[in-house]
Amino acid sequence: MTAYIIRRLLILPLIMVGVSMLIFAMMQILGPVERSALYIRDFPKTQGQIDAVIRRYGLDDPFFKQYWSWLVGREDPETGNTIGGILRGDLGFSRTGREPVIDLLKRRLPITIELALVSMVPIITIGVWLGMQAALHHNKPIDQFARIFAILGYSFPTFVFGLLVLLIFYAKLGWFPPGRLSTQFALEVGRGGFTNYTNMLTIDSIMNRRFDIFLDALRHMVLPVITLSYLSWALLLKVTRSSMLEALRQDYVTTARAKGLSERVVTNRHVRKNALIPVATIAGTTVASLLNGVVITETIFNIPGLGSAAAAAALSLDVMTMLAYALFTAVLFVSVNLLVDIMYAVLDPRVRLG
Amino acid sequence: MTASTNPISPVAIPLDDQNLEEQRWLERLVGPEWARLIKGVLTNPLSISGLVIILGFILVATFAPVLAPPPDANWDTTLIPRDGFGPEPKPPGAAWRKSAPGTIPFWYTPLTGHEEWVHLWGTTSGQYDIYYGVIWGSRTALTIGGIVVLSSALIGIIIGATAGFYGGWVDEILMRVVEIFIAFPFLVGALILASILVPIMGRSIWPASIALIVFGWTGYARLLRGDILATKERDYVQAARAAGATDLHLIVRHILPNAIFPTLVVLSLDMGAIVLSFAALSFLGIGVQEGYTDWGQIVSFARSFILSLDQYWYIIVYPGMALLLYGLGWNLVGDALRDILDPKMRGKR
Repeated sequence: MTAYIIRRLLILPLIMVGVSMLIFAMMQILGPVERSALYIRDFPKTQGQIDAVIRRYGLDDPFFKQYWSWLVGREDPETGNTIGGILRGDLGFSRTGREPVIDLLKRRLPITIELALVSMVPIITIGVWLGMQAALHHNKPIDQFARIFAILGYSFPTFVFGLLVLLIFYAKLGWFPPGRLSTQFALEVGRGGFTNYTNMLTIDSIMNRRFDIFLDALRHMVLPVITLSYLSWALLLKVTRSSMLEALRQDYVTTARAKGLSERVVTNRHVRKNALIPVATIAGTTVASLLNGVVITETIFNIPGLGSAAAAAALSLDVMTMLAYALFTAVLFVSVNLLVDIMYAVLDPRVRLG
Repeated sequence: MTASTNPISPVAIPLDDQNLEEQRWLERLVGPEWARLIKGVLTNPLSISGLVIILGFILVATFAPVLAPPPDANWDTTLIPRDGFGPEPKPPGAAWRKSAPGTIPFWYTPLTGHEEWVHLWGTTSGQYDIYYGVIWGSRTALTIGGIVVLSSALIGIIIGATAGFYGGWVDEILMRVVEIFIAFPFLVGALILASILVPIMGRSIWPASIALIVFGWTGYARLLRGDILATKERDYVQAARAAGATDLHLIVRHILPNAIFPTLVVLSLDMGAIVLSFAALSFLGIGVQEGYTDWGQIVSFARSFILSLDQYWYIIVYPGMALLLYGLGWNLVGDALRDILDPKMRGKR
């Protein structure tokens, strides 16, 4: 198993180089002139300005030279300073966010992480619980319900689902508003009395001992969390159900029953433990669907996280922000998948020895 | 693990003579695997409802000119006719003043009770007719699904087959390439590529379709590679090889037909999923131009009315239900196919 993990770890940098090249190659689809426009902030763009920018940033250099400059930075022919270089933490300037991309990431990432973490609660509890119930009551009403629930889940486009819950629970019933906070609290949070420790409202409000703000923040999270987690519930439910069904058919379960163990002990000790191993492996898929989901969910519910930044950037061709989001999601996704594979090998001796 | 050791569900019920006769007839025609597949799909209530839904969309797409006639004979049917330019959406039943459909089909007056065309399902802001958009949107959906899924499958099959068949360093390189592409969450990758393609190619179905193909083929490649690794050492392949068959002949005639079944499952699931992703891109404003007959594009008009959705519910509900049903249809069929083809599920329900 050690050899397997070492092999995976050795491949990782190779994959990351490939990923960054792919991202960079996508940007190269745009010609030098189009890309130069991304650097000039003020209108009009004269031919002279464009040429100066192309020269300054080396936009007509050969592909690999430009790629290298993008990675480690490039000497500015006018000032002699090094400019750019994602490895130096310089991700460029976000036109839609009107700030350096790295600042945008720092400010918006906590908001997205908060949303994703809270979403994990219903995903895991409801998804796994319902999936297990469905398998234990195979072909009974709860199983049929779970199956229909799951299949509706991954047939429902996130944006339609999000707009529908907004229509019902906000526009019709007025229970859960979009945004992050009600206006009076939003003003207060912006002012001096409230310290933003983490930029995650739920944590900050508790640290500021403002439980009214905490409750208000939670109320605003209900709909986005439901929207973001629905697809993943469905997926987890399905995997848990079929994994449980398979575990129930194993010989060791028959043996356990034959020994005279109660059905409860059989389920808890013999079935559930084995059934949940494959469930752990879809953690990667779940992270991917969350990363896809936040783009849509944050846009609909007007949440200023990374996802809505990516959507806004894509719409106005803010390449720097888009590349940063791509890079971020790719690094996260690859790392999660690696972790899952290693965990799988550790947890399941059949994989380790096979 | 065989059926006989299974304590939960009893062994398959023996087929009666008539069924057996029927199965033999089908088997002779398409072979045993296909016969089992077709029989399975046609006897499972879930997949039957899926097939009915898909058939429904095909019928709507075919008879779109009768269901929602364009304003005139030279009309580009992929564009939704607009009744003026007003920003305020009109509710279902509002009178249709400008560029109304040129003809009144036979079903219209008896079913709706109107003598003249009205906006059956209302209009969006900019006065695009929602009913026309949803009806003709079924053509867009089926076209997009067909183009994207077939292209990704073809690319994936070629790459996966090459990797699996030749193995060694070819396999190693191709699979690393696949890993690079799957490092992006699907929608994120497609969103970025599509938004870069739009200024170059202009607004049409192509930027988003190409982006979905570029990030969509990897699933097929991995699947087929695995299948081929499992099939290529079988005796009949070895026999054909010994008889002097070329590589291409081996792959196309002996390996692919036996490795293709799991691909079918993904193919049918993708027919739904791809269209939903395409709609999500349209919803975000990437891809087709405003007024294109695309369900996601129609829903995107709702974004301007987030706070008053109860008033403009028809902008979401009609195209949204079309998307849900379309996705549901393909998912039902795909799920049933998976259960039929899963060897662990054989002989069970």
